[in-house]
Amino acid sequence: MPEYSASVQEFVRVNWLFLIPLFPALGAFINLIFGKHLQKKFGKKAVHTIAIGAMVLSCITALVHFFGMLLPLAPAQRFLLNEVFPMLDLGAVRINFAFAMDPLSGLMAVMVTTVATAIHIYSSGYMHDEPSYWRFFGYLNLFCFSMLTLIMGENLILMFFGWEGVGLCSYLLIGFWFNKSGMFQEGTDNAKAGMKAFVVNRVGDFGFIIGMTALFWGLLGMWDAVEGKETPVNDGRCLEVKVAPMELPGHGDKGHAAKLPSLIGVAHAADPAHGKSAGHGGPLAKHQWSRCGEAVAGVKAKRQPGVQVGSTQQLYLGPTVSFREIKDQLSVENGAGEKVVAKHLEASTLFGISLLLIVTLGMFLGATGKSAQIPLYIWLPDAMAGPTPVSALIHAATMVTAGVYMVARLNFVFILSPGGMTVVALFGALTALFAATIGLFQYDIKKVLAYSTVSQLGYMFIGVGVGAYWVGIYHLLTHAFFKACLFLGSGSVIHGMHYVAHHHDDHGEGHGHDAPPGDLRNAPDPTDPQDMRNMGGLAKLMPQTRITYLISCFAIAGIPLFSGFYSKDEILWKAFSTGNLLIPGWIIWGLGAMGALCTAFYMFRSYYMTFHGKPATEEHLKHVHESPRSMTWVLWFLAAGAVLMSLIGSVYFIPAVLLHTHPWIHDFLAPVTSLAESFQKPAAVTSHAWEYGLMAFSVVLAAAGILAARFVYKDMEKTGKRIEALKAQWKGVHTLVYNKYFVDEIYHATWVRGFMALSRALAWFDLKAVDGLVNASSWALRTVASLSGAIDRMFVDGAVNGVATVVLGLGKRARKIQTGRINGYVMGVAFGVVVLLFIVWFVTPAGAGQ
Amino acid sequence: MTRSNMVNALITCLALGVLLAPGAAAAQGARDALPRLDMSPGELTFDKAGDARTLTLKNTGKGELNIREVRVGPGSDEGFRMEPAQPKTLRPGEKMTVTVRYQPEGEGAKRKQAFGNVQVLSNDPDAKEHKGTTGVQLIKGKSYLLTVMVFFPLLAALFILLFLKDGQTNALRLAAVIGAAVPFILSVYLFKNFDRTLGMQDANYGLQFVHHFVWIKSFNIEFFFGVDGISVAMMILTGLVSLIAVGASWSIKKQVRGYFIMFLLLETGMMGVFCALDFFMFYVFWEVMLLPMYFLIGVWGAPSRVEADGKVRGGPYAAIKFFLYTLAGSVLMLLALIAIYYNSSPTTLVDGTPAAHTFNFMKLTLLNSFTLAAPILGMTFHKVIWVALFIGFAIKIPMFPFHTWLPDAHVEAPTAISVILAGVLLKMGTYGIFRINYQLLPEATQWAGLAMAIFGIINILYGGLCAMAQKDLKKLVAYSSVSHMGFCLLGMAAFTDAGMNGAMLQMFNHGTITSMMFILVGVIYDRAHTRGVNDFGGVAGVMPVYAGFFGFAFMASLGLPGLSGFIGEALVFIGAFKTYTFLTMLAVVSVIITAAYHLWAIQRIHLGPFNKRWAKVLPGNDMDFREGLTLVPLAIIVLVLGFYPMPVLDLISVGMSDLISLVNPAGGASIAMATP
Repeated sequence: MPEYSASVQEFVRVNWLFLIPLFPALGAFINLIFGKHLQKKFGKKAVHTIAIGAMVLSCITALVHFFGMLLPLAPAQRFLLNEVFPMLDLGAVRINFAFAMDPLSGLMAVMVTTVATAIHIYSSGYMHDEPSYWRFFGYLNLFCFSMLTLIMGENLILMFFGWEGVGLCSYLLIGFWFNKSGMFQEGTDNAKAGMKAFVVNRVGDFGFIIGMTALFWGLLGMWDAVEGKETPVNDGRCLEVKVAPMELPGHGDKGHAAKLPSLIGVAHAADPAHGKSAGHGGPLAKHQWSRCGEAVAGVKAKRQPGVQVGSTQQLYLGPTVSFREIKDQLSVENGAGEKVVAKHLEASTLFGISLLLIVTLGMFLGATGKSAQIPLYIWLPDAMAGPTPVSALIHAATMVTAGVYMVARLNFVFILSPGGMTVVALFGALTALFAATIGLFQYDIKKVLAYSTVSQLGYMFIGVGVGAYWVGIYHLLTHAFFKACLFLGSGSVIHGMHYVAHHHDDHGEGHGHDAPPGDLRNAPDPTDPQDMRNMGGLAKLMPQTRITYLISCFAIAGIPLFSGFYSKDEILWKAFSTGNLLIPGWIIWGLGAMGALCTAFYMFRSYYMTFHGKPATEEHLKHVHESPRSMTWVLWFLAAGAVLMSLIGSVYFIPAVLLHTHPWIHDFLAPVTSLAESFQKPAAVTSHAWEYGLMAFSVVLAAAGILAARFVYKDMEKTGKRIEALKAQWKGVHTLVYNKYFVDEIYHATWVRGFMALSRALAWFDLKAVDGLVNASSWALRTVASLSGAIDRMFVDGAVNGVATVVLGLGKRARKIQTGRINGYVMGVAFGVVVLLFIVWFVTPAGAGQ
Repeated sequence: MTRSNMVNALITCLALGVLLAPGAAAAQGARDALPRLDMSPGELTFDKAGDARTLTLKNTGKGELNIREVRVGPGSDEGFRMEPAQPKTLRPGEKMTVTVRYQPEGEGAKRKQAFGNVQVLSNDPDAKEHKGTTGVQLIKGKSYLLTVMVFFPLLAALFILLFLKDGQTNALRLAAVIGAAVPFILSVYLFKNFDRTLGMQDANYGLQFVHHFVWIKSFNIEFFFGVDGISVAMMILTGLVSLIAVGASWSIKKQVRGYFIMFLLLETGMMGVFCALDFFMFYVFWEVMLLPMYFLIGVWGAPSRVEADGKVRGGPYAAIKFFLYTLAGSVLMLLALIAIYYNSSPTTLVDGTPAAHTFNFMKLTLLNSFTLAAPILGMTFHKVIWVALFIGFAIKIPMFPFHTWLPDAHVEAPTAISVILAGVLLKMGTYGIFRINYQLLPEATQWAGLAMAIFGIINILYGGLCAMAQKDLKKLVAYSSVSHMGFCLLGMAAFTDAGMNGAMLQMFNHGTITSMMFILVGVIYDRAHTRGVNDFGGVAGVMPVYAGFFGFAFMASLGLPGLSGFIGEALVFIGAFKTYTFLTMLAVVSVIITAAYHLWAIQRIHLGPFNKRWAKVLPGNDMDFREGLTLVPLAIIVLVLGFYPMPVLDLISVGMSDLISLVNPAGGASIAMATP
């Protein structure tokens, strides 16, 4: 019997998982290459039929895999693996182009495809007047491809493919109207906002790459954990382990007896022919998918998972980028039940610092870039320059959650580093509050939502940072629906308000654009369809938009029965009660609770300013209208989601705690976090009294925020003067917060300017110093040459004069060659080389043969 | 003035070469009553297993010839067999025959090529200097493929020289296209038929498509063409980029005939460098490549002019700079070549003739260690030689601080020549380091690893930051090349699987991506006659196809996953992180810098409001079909390799692991998975 055991991830090989990202990729390809012609020939309908069709197909495929294949499996077996082709195979570095669907990526994939399909449909209405319709849908499909790759990629590299891919699409879509100057008061143009997003994200990627490589090579030493000594290995090795059952709360072992569903496409993992039957020649034929051959040879049954509990198998121990392989090797236990490999990794150091701290901080830096957290959140508000559906899909529901997803995906790594966890939770909490305060005073409806997104992402990071991965993901899912709904609602409002941009063209041009930052102007730019001060009283004009917006506002504010309540409240409770951090949990909770108060206030502020009170002008009554059905239908769908998502995270109407049972999503995600659960430290607070008390307190906070907003903003006619008075009273604070704490300006003055100055200095150095040195040395050579020439003339010449006559005679003849015609030279050179090569080649061997 | 001096010098050199080469043969003195051994044919070729060939030995001298032994020489393929012949004396005019068979066993039967030799020990006085031995070469599966690939462009150049006139532009172009297309098609054949499993341990050192014979016996110079995976990858790149560069040469209007002659000559030089396995031949091709490049930049580049700051710039200036720089490198290489030659130990040439010294790379690699050679001026021989060779190659890469010729050369060179320069010529530096420094001087390579890594990182960061400050688009791309070639240096210095393969992949990918970038710069330059990054704006709105390609190429260059630039960079990071952790972390900063300058360039040229200055030039003047044709193949390669780099990695990985086991015998090369 082997000395070690490990709860190796059981999995089922499937063949068609790659279709989920492939469909949008094809859609993007068709629309980006041929879209222009299609649009010209068949009209816009052709373009959006292709794009929406691709998304619908992708969504159906995802649903089939999720409900048809993943759910019927026993919890411990829920891992669909689709290895498409090997990308790299270089010693330790081995990367497969492979997709995986486990409960976590399954939920995400379903959410992304569903929301994306809805937003594609919405866009066909919203973007209807756009000439580059094809380009928009091409980018949108490309985005979905990248996002799905990010989610379902089986390893870190593939995740990074998606990670950068979504960044690219974000860049392209933010700068979609690339030759328009922006709608924002800074006067930046749209394309620059895209560039900013990309570059800031690249700062995050710097961390991602370092974290990834450090983790990769950190695993190299794992062999020492079992061998107990420093072994000079350059590669991983295989360890014989006994497969232990996965520890799942409340499931026992009963799941393992369940049979695999006999759906088409479920290939047998242990099928030795699988690697070869792929039908590809060349390198694929000899590629072995698994390094240690986890497939048990000679298994008779066709439909059984490749890993069997209780069996003995070879487990790969060493550097890898595959999530599954990392998790498997961290779960190795010795006879005494100690997780030796995880312990060893915990104790590893790099430059004297805990290796895992470097890994987690690096990865988290990546996450702060993608998910807009302090210190890299600055790009997201600017990203609102893109079309509103883009803001809803990319900058609210999907892409920006990638960082949260990544931390949850790597839960078994993060949990091992309390320092890293603390940073994640603390930065999340700080961002949640910080962004919420900025949201308080914004006038641009999309900017309010942007800061709200930053703030909500902060909550998700609190969730995954305190080790409550399922809660973080749950908030991610609920947020996807209510925030998408809010954004699309705002889009609907902007769509309705759009007339102002043209209507007021003759006056007010540039009024707002050139306003210096810090200007507490009272009069908004009347041509700005996104400024809430230009709205008011839209409730009657856009009733459906208003209701759905209101539903989502309740959800985000945390009113019971709406999904946001369950997820946010659970996050705050987990933060309060956690024992995983280096700091007491109540600090995180306090920051989060204050943020929640602000959230309720600014969301209802935006609601009242937009939909209630008196319209800013009477013109609204003539021009503003409800949006077309393709848009309102989507709003209703998302609003329904914002309510119904509470079902998966609670026992409806009754908080889960009352029944002493876990919500569905907790149990569903348990296999993903099973390893991390075993490293959880006991909770600091377990009392139910505290839990109820805090829950009640958050409801009170939400209600207070809503009521305060209602009091101030419901009827601005009455309260307007008081607001102004308050503003004047708190001028300093207002200026600071209104201008977003001047973070952008500070970054610009330090980092951007610093890099630019360095770059100019180096370019100068290159031109003057390095190249100067070259020119100086050539000058020196010339000097020496003329010196030797002078010596030559004075001393040697005399002797040579006699010879000179001969030389002169030769020179006269040679001069005929030197005709000054380039052609002659060229011919000379070419002919000479030919002669040299050919004569030498042919003549010499003959001579040498002798 | 300078130009005519150059030509004179050149012609003198050529004349000397022609005079010297057969000189050795002419030194034969008169002979009287001496025996003379004549063997025919000089080379026995076999087609398949079981073949038998007869070798005739004849005494053509006036004295008696004692043949002591006829044998299959050392180092021959095991498949060659012959009956041992009894000692025999041949009277003048008498003949004897021996039979050689090719009868391989086991694995040997599958070999496509096999080499061997027959040695004859006799009292022929000519053989004295070779310890009384004369030899004949045995070949199975003789391949002319590489020879044709290398010399076909030269033949095309010759054809143009002899039969075409300057006015026949279309005929000239057609000839050039054919001259470049044939080697490319052959390189595809090479790619398809190259056996990827053979390594240095296998027969024939894993080399394939070998064409090997003794070229200049008196100096032990062999004609030795052959490829391993690394060479194949580079030859495909050369074939492809050359063909595309011909396509990008349509804008050349003056002296078209001379231009294409030079161009094709250049291609012969490049192809030759990548498959020559004899140091002397390598050097010859290296130089052959240098001259046409000088003229291509100097004559067809931008005209000479005086800049505002009083400095002389323009094609001739850049060309001289290029020439002198590279020549300095060549001189160092020449010295190293001579030093290596005279420190090599005795061996046999391919036909079995014993030789005191050799230029043969494989023999120098496997039979010689230069660690024990006598020191030069008190410094360790192999380190001095390593540094000399390295500087020679570093100039080509170009490595900081030897890089300043590159921006100048690029700015002044015509588009197609920039494409060649960045796409192929820079790779010769790194290829040379792999082929010569790594292979011949592995111990010194290990010694210099850290220095290479540091220079690599300087290249990466310094090049990137300099690129950010450039106002000329071509200079920007040139500096980005400096930065990207830094990745090659860093990766190759890592001595790990990932690092070295990554470096090689980066070489290939940089070739395709930068070629695209230079073609794109050329496209806008042809229309606007300026390349100022700040002179444009909003071009994407009026030239959407161009903007699409531009964005694609720049994204590939900034290392976007999914396009080929990423894989090489990622592998370099992963590979180097293990060896130089901190330095690599520093190098990763480049992901930010790279993104910044690429995006900023896109921003300034393509986005924002349209610059009305070009209202009459650019709108409605998007890329034409020919320009698209030069870009599409490259784009496809960049995209495919971005997701599936196996075609290249598969080609090079065996050769690379051989190199790793040479330079890093303790580790790095993947160890077979061992179970406890």
